[in-house]
Amino acid sequence: MALITCRDLALGYESHVILEHLSFSVNAGNYLCIVGENGSGKTTLMRTMLGLQKPLDGAIAFGDGMRPNEVGYLPQQTAIQKDFPATVREIVLSGCQAHVGMRPFYNRAEKALAEENLARMGMGDYRRRCYRELSGGQQQRVLLARALCATRKLLLLDEPVSGLDPKVTAEMYALIERLNGEGVTIIMISHDIAAAVRYATHILHVGSGQTFFGTVDDYRASALGNRFIAMDGGEGA
Amino acid sequence: MIQQYLQFPFVRYALVVGTLIALCSSLLGVTLVLKRFSFIGDGLSHVAFGAMAVAGVLHITNDMLFVMPVTVLCAILLLRTGRNTRIKGDAAIAMISVGALAIGYLLLNLFSTSTNLSGDVCSTLFGSTSILTLTKAEVWLCAALSVIVVVLFILFYNKIFAVTFDEEFSHAIGTQVEAYNLLIAVVIAVIIVLAMNLVGSLLISALIIFPALSAMRVFKSFRSVTVCSAALSVVCALTGMLVSIVGGTPVGSTIVAVDIVMFIAFTCIERFR
Repeated sequence: MALITCRDLALGYESHVILEHLSFSVNAGNYLCIVGENGSGKTTLMRTMLGLQKPLDGAIAFGDGMRPNEVGYLPQQTAIQKDFPATVREIVLSGCQAHVGMRPFYNRAEKALAEENLARMGMGDYRRRCYRELSGGQQQRVLLARALCATRKLLLLDEPVSGLDPKVTAEMYALIERLNGEGVTIIMISHDIAAAVRYATHILHVGSGQTFFGTVDDYRASALGNRFIAMDGGEGA
Repeated sequence: MIQQYLQFPFVRYALVVGTLIALCSSLLGVTLVLKRFSFIGDGLSHVAFGAMAVAGVLHITNDMLFVMPVTVLCAILLLRTGRNTRIKGDAAIAMISVGALAIGYLLLNLFSTSTNLSGDVCSTLFGSTSILTLTKAEVWLCAALSVIVVVLFILFYNKIFAVTFDEEFSHAIGTQVEAYNLLIAVVIAVIIVLAMNLVGSLLISALIIFPALSAMRVFKSFRSVTVCSAALSVVCALTGMLVSIVGGTPVGSTIVAVDIVMFIAFTCIERFR
């Protein structure tokens, strides 16, 4: 049974439809990259999967023991966060809010979980540092650790490498690949088609009128995939 | 010399209430500043002024019982409109705040029986003497509400932090973001009505944001910023009140002046460290 199944989704705001007839499913252990041009509805799709907005039509079903809120989310950074006075530890702990319910304070297990995920992201030595003084890559690691406190199963990443330099970008991809290897299912929005076809197991291409969902190999073989990969290669060279 | 003044019960009341109000207002200041909500405080304080004017016209004896619900209601309304789109929210705040100010002043002019109208308006806006004329009942009400605010803040501290830092993430992992935003708005409205006694409606925002901004200059964790801002706010309010009692200056503006001095001091500490 699939972790997430989307059936005939229509997405958008009020009467303005951005995407429709979207169907795909994600199994445990998959690494799905969502690609497509700007404004094609990638972020809207992710927000809908997270329950932040309702689909106009269709349904999203969670299976395999997944509950709708049992996801970790790495949003794009907001302006507020860039000068937020908080330590790394405070931020990572806030990921445990997924488990605390109405309990006002964190218990020992949750604090241990936060420490464990900090170490897992290689940020253990930074726990007392101020978030706003970290580099972009370090901030992303902190937010990843927070997301891992919320889930062990599924991470949704919204352009995790945007604004990072090539070296840090490569490290970030390696980190995400390692998490996927440890059994965490990954759904990632990406602009970087080269990295998407290199690391992902599945591709969901959304855009005006044409959608593709399938494995990376099928995507490479498809006309749409061919054109998109070639286009990106041309831009990058 | 100060001991002499402390013999008067109204001075003691003023100091107790002032300290409590300063403590409460600084607690949520950090969240308000970080959420870019600073202006909501300002808007709501004008609403409270308008409500005060209406209460005066209607001859309601305990005006807090009228002003409080009206302000809380407006806080909820502002938050609801502010959430959908940013610009609309900004405009809504400006509209409600200036509107309430104008209508309040208009009503006072049309219906007031007071002989010293401009004096009344001035004390509502700048809180010149009202803190020194508190009755025992008002002190108790103030104390009770302050305790409730502090307890709520401690109980929901971790949740307020999570929602302030990242609303989207909190929502995604199942936190009732809207409920906490509502809680924040209601508490802010309560604090504003309380603080009107101390500094008057025009200066309330200063009481809420200055300690938070000062603390954010120097401290690096959310907890230390919150604690420092609370301590700073209490110290500034006490200093301001004592100076104003001894020097005969208006209470509200003296407290805000002390807040400004501390803000400059903290900025210097940040610079030269």
